[in-house]
Amino acid sequence: MKILVGVKRVLDYNVKARVNADKTGIELANVKMSMNPFDEIAVEEALRIKEAGNAEEVIAVSIGPSQSQETIRTALAMGADRGILIETDELLEPLAIAKLLKHLVEKEEPGLIVLGKQAIDGDNNQTGQMLSALTGMAQATFASKVEFEGDTLKVTREVDAGLESIKVKMPAVLTTDLRLNEPRYAKLPNIMKAKKKPLETIAVADTGVDVSSKLTVVEVNEPEQRKAGVIVSDVAELVEKLRNEAKVI
Amino acid sequence: MTTLVVAEHEAGALRPATLNVISAAKAIGNDITVLLAGQGAGDVATAAGNVDGVSKVLHADDAAYAQEIAENIASLVMSVAEGYTHILFAATAAGKNVMPRVAAMLDVSGISDITSVESADTFIRPIYAGNAMATVKSGDATKVISVRTTAFEPVAESGGSGAVETLASAGASDLVEFIGEELSQSDRPELTSADIVVSGGRGMQNGDNFSMLDEIAEKLNAAVGASRAAVDSGFVPNEYQVGQTGKVVAPNLYIAVGISGAIQHLAGMKDSKVIVAINKDEEAPIFQVADYGLVADLFDALPELSKALDG
Repeated sequence: MKILVGVKRVLDYNVKARVNADKTGIELANVKMSMNPFDEIAVEEALRIKEAGNAEEVIAVSIGPSQSQETIRTALAMGADRGILIETDELLEPLAIAKLLKHLVEKEEPGLIVLGKQAIDGDNNQTGQMLSALTGMAQATFASKVEFEGDTLKVTREVDAGLESIKVKMPAVLTTDLRLNEPRYAKLPNIMKAKKKPLETIAVADTGVDVSSKLTVVEVNEPEQRKAGVIVSDVAELVEKLRNEAKVI
Repeated sequence: MTTLVVAEHEAGALRPATLNVISAAKAIGNDITVLLAGQGAGDVATAAGNVDGVSKVLHADDAAYAQEIAENIASLVMSVAEGYTHILFAATAAGKNVMPRVAAMLDVSGISDITSVESADTFIRPIYAGNAMATVKSGDATKVISVRTTAFEPVAESGGSGAVETLASAGASDLVEFIGEELSQSDRPELTSADIVVSGGRGMQNGDNFSMLDEIAEKLNAAVGASRAAVDSGFVPNEYQVGQTGKVVAPNLYIAVGISGAIQHLAGMKDSKVIVAINKDEEAPIFQVADYGLVADLFDALPELSKALDG
């Protein structure tokens, strides 16, 4: 079985996002970019499934600008076998990403697709669910535990009131939550080896997939800032202020 | 022009989140139809019809809807989708699971987590953990949206005049089977709808120390939350997590204890009306968003706070 795992290049999670001067998006020039943290968890899970003998090949896929090759190389250094970049300089909506992934699914016929539940830039949390709907494969989102049982997967999911377990038939689309695993760091020899692993680049135009969108960004603004607060000297003052000034208790 | 609101319910009642979504639907301005799928939830369907602003309820009663299986609910929504200009979900775990499926099947962009309705086709939504707000305009025939519940005041549970119509089941997917659930039991208010939230972070040091927060929450009728660091360390279960990828809360009062204030945590609570931070590190970023900051060791401050609340 092959596993397709999605990796997205995003603003590093430790960097504070700042709106650009013409209010069209976020300033991404000269800032640190990294693999979306949920995708690191996805790569790790795919590798563990392979290491447990339940898959033969892990293919890391990214959709984005040519620099996304670095993100794929990171996945290869972690242990993925080969990479595919669908190259575009456009900022694509989740629907377009899901359609492009479907194109690859038809070509590669993986038994499992592992994606992060959301990317920390757009915070959409849509792509996995859309891919499942478009391909007709089962959907198992927000996974915190995955167990193989023959040709089905038992998935423990994080839901608002706790945990839920479902069983899905494969092929399936899995999206990762934070507690699924702790991703490994790539070791130096593996980083060197990753440079020699195959990485195929495909232009969006060559896929024949319609990536147009009717959703447009009108403008991007800074959020409202909170007014500066005060430091209180002790618990008594805090309680007094909450009772008599803020009137919230 | 009619908006379809996909309702959520549990234990024989609408989830509060649905009242916030109906509020967003009112802001859009169309007639509002509520879709209620469940098994033996006829009373909830009637109650949904009474909610302010609701003009019709579509009620599907089938074993396929006994749990919130995304495939099944999405198929049901698709069976009626054609008649609606807007389809709204709550941005809850359940709503996020279904909304993108419906959008993909309609071949339209999904619009996640809106915090404001600017017009019938223009919405504001947070991106980058709420460090930027994007105004987006949709040219799709059907706008498929999830609503950040804390951004919309809930509507009243009375005042509506929605008749309940029966909707045929769209069947159950054979790809997925529900096995079970482990849900937290608590007599206290639910985290996302509580008036007061008391949250602990890594500074709590272990799960047992959260009993100090429980004690204070008990006295304030508050919910208890946590930072990702506290959840990852195993102090409390995942459903406590407040943040970019956990729950978003906006209570009247948020008390952050031993939480440093990472960007990802602030994303989940910075719209709270009043924020209190208790932390021994005066440089902690949480103080930059706090209305009242107390630089103190939480192990001294919490017992004092508990005692002061008795007075």
